[in-house]
Amino acid sequence: MSPYSLSVKSMKHRMGSVVITVASLALGVALLLGVERIRNEARYGFTNTISETDLIVGARSGSVSLLLTSIFHIGNVTDNVSWETYQKIKTNPQVAWTIPISLGDSHKGYTVLGTNNGYFKHYKYGQKRMLALAEGEVLADTYDAVLGAEVAESLGYSIGQQIVLAHGSGELSFVEHTENPFTVVGVLKRTGTPIDQTVHVSLEGIEAIHLDFNNGEGHVHHAGCNHASHQKEASSIDAFDALLAGEEEVDLTPSEVTAFLVGMKSRSDAVMLQRAINVHDGEALTAVLPGVALTELWQVVGVVENILFVVSILVLFVSLASMFGALMMSIKERRREIAILRSVGARPRHIVSLVLGEAMLVTLSAIVLGAVLLYAALFALRPLIQERVGMWIEITPPTSTEWTMLGIIFCSGVVIALLPAWRCYRSSLSDGLTIKL
Amino acid sequence: MKGEIAVQLNNLRFAWEQEVVLELDRFEVRQGEKLFVGGPSGSGKSSLLSLLSGVAQPTSGSVELLGKNLSSMSDSQRDVFRADHVGYIFQMFNLIPFLSVLENVTLPLRFSNRRSARVSDAKAEGLRLLRHLGMEKFIERRVIDLSVGQQQRVAAARALIGGPEIVLADEPTSALDETNSRAFVDLLFQQCEDTGATLIFVSHDSILAERFDRSYLLGGEES
Repeated sequence: MSPYSLSVKSMKHRMGSVVITVASLALGVALLLGVERIRNEARYGFTNTISETDLIVGARSGSVSLLLTSIFHIGNVTDNVSWETYQKIKTNPQVAWTIPISLGDSHKGYTVLGTNNGYFKHYKYGQKRMLALAEGEVLADTYDAVLGAEVAESLGYSIGQQIVLAHGSGELSFVEHTENPFTVVGVLKRTGTPIDQTVHVSLEGIEAIHLDFNNGEGHVHHAGCNHASHQKEASSIDAFDALLAGEEEVDLTPSEVTAFLVGMKSRSDAVMLQRAINVHDGEALTAVLPGVALTELWQVVGVVENILFVVSILVLFVSLASMFGALMMSIKERRREIAILRSVGARPRHIVSLVLGEAMLVTLSAIVLGAVLLYAALFALRPLIQERVGMWIEITPPTSTEWTMLGIIFCSGVVIALLPAWRCYRSSLSDGLTIKL
Repeated sequence: MKGEIAVQLNNLRFAWEQEVVLELDRFEVRQGEKLFVGGPSGSGKSSLLSLLSGVAQPTSGSVELLGKNLSSMSDSQRDVFRADHVGYIFQMFNLIPFLSVLENVTLPLRFSNRRSARVSDAKAEGLRLLRHLGMEKFIERRVIDLSVGQQQRVAAARALIGGPEIVLADEPTSALDETNSRAFVDLLFQQCEDTGATLIFVSHDSILAERFDRSYLLGGEES
């Protein structure tokens, strides 16, 4: 029989209170680890809203605001990039691919994004994950639309659905392009990024409805819209007529795009190109490295994560306090046991090692149980989280940060036991062998 | 062996919180002697046991056990000394509830190398002692399912295992009825005689006193 088994047997004897202590501490551990996981996943998911894209180029603005408009579709576009400039950068020999982005329209509050099929081919998020179609095809026709997963789900759309785009952003559409309904040809799989809330159409489609719009309504400027098509004025009326007549030769080449994404042949050239664009003499442009801008943006929205973290630390603190209380109580309960052990020759250090041993065992089992709880919960809930939040939580072994946290919890458990152990030591000296009831 | 001084107290004074609890000019117990210590409550019986076991330290004077002065030892030396040479029996409820009868009996061997060295097989020795105390039927039983008398016998076995030279008993019969109390004292005597242990038996039950070699009344005179 080792001192360890003495400790274990003593704990078994007080099973009820030990189990409660372990359980409350385990919940604290699971919560702390869980918050840490979600925090990391959220940050990871956020900073990986877009990946493998080397530059985002738009009209001159701040890097965060360019990111917000082009990737998160938040805020209004104030200026555009001319088609000529876009073509110039696109044909740069260092550039592997580009994705044009044209914003300004909406459908029932969801952003409409004009682009081309390069979007479905080159856009990546997370760990180099490509966009995948849940059903249907990519864009083929001028009036085709590919929906983000959430758009399709919450509006109940499926392939073949006719949708009408509204001019301007927001739920309250200002003017609807009713003449030119789009047809849903594809629905994307959920990505957990703003893509889920986006309606994708071709640049030509955007161009076409605005030709129609300019013709019908005259030249009006709307908030949230800076479509180049508005500036085309009368000259485009002929084009519109031609369009109505179904003549495909109509030039639907846009004169401007809101922004575009650039993939370099060699990643290391991105910074050079960025500098070249930023100091470019002609059109005032801004090029940002997505990773840098995302991290910058995360620092703004990351406050919530810190609050979460503080809350979970408080929870853990409360659990440790309850362990402290339980240990102090158990020492009161165990005075007789301690006196008997003293009488049969146990020295104060034996008694102290019993108390510390118990604290270590309790903390260790709480850590193991907490981790098991967390993994079980992650495993059970992750399909639900994926479905509701669009965040796929990877089940990975604890990270070094998490190991550190667990180490800190273990040490705190032992440190917290030092006071009861010390009291035990003191009382086992002063009480001697007499048992006071 | 018998005849040597096992326990000797000289000019002992023990005060607790400024108040003198115990004062003994001279107190001697010979090896193998069975001494009864009586006295009313508050006469310092518990203090005497604490001093003899080296848990408490005298305010002045000396405590000598087996020729060793406890006062000159360090705390941990005293602890080792006690574990090696002193068996202790409590008033009641003195078994550890989560250990088996046998584990309770062999407990002192875990804390004393000297006592465990005297026993070749802890389990066999525990069983032998329990058999001698008429407890062979209850070895498998849980400690809390034993009667008080049975518990007390287990406690005696625990105090005696490994052959400590000095056995201290703190009112071990107070929870027993007269018959059980007599039987217990008989068993205790027999075991102490077998190992040659010195027994210091503290009790307020003076009826038991006559059966001892000698009795000592605290807060009064020696008879």
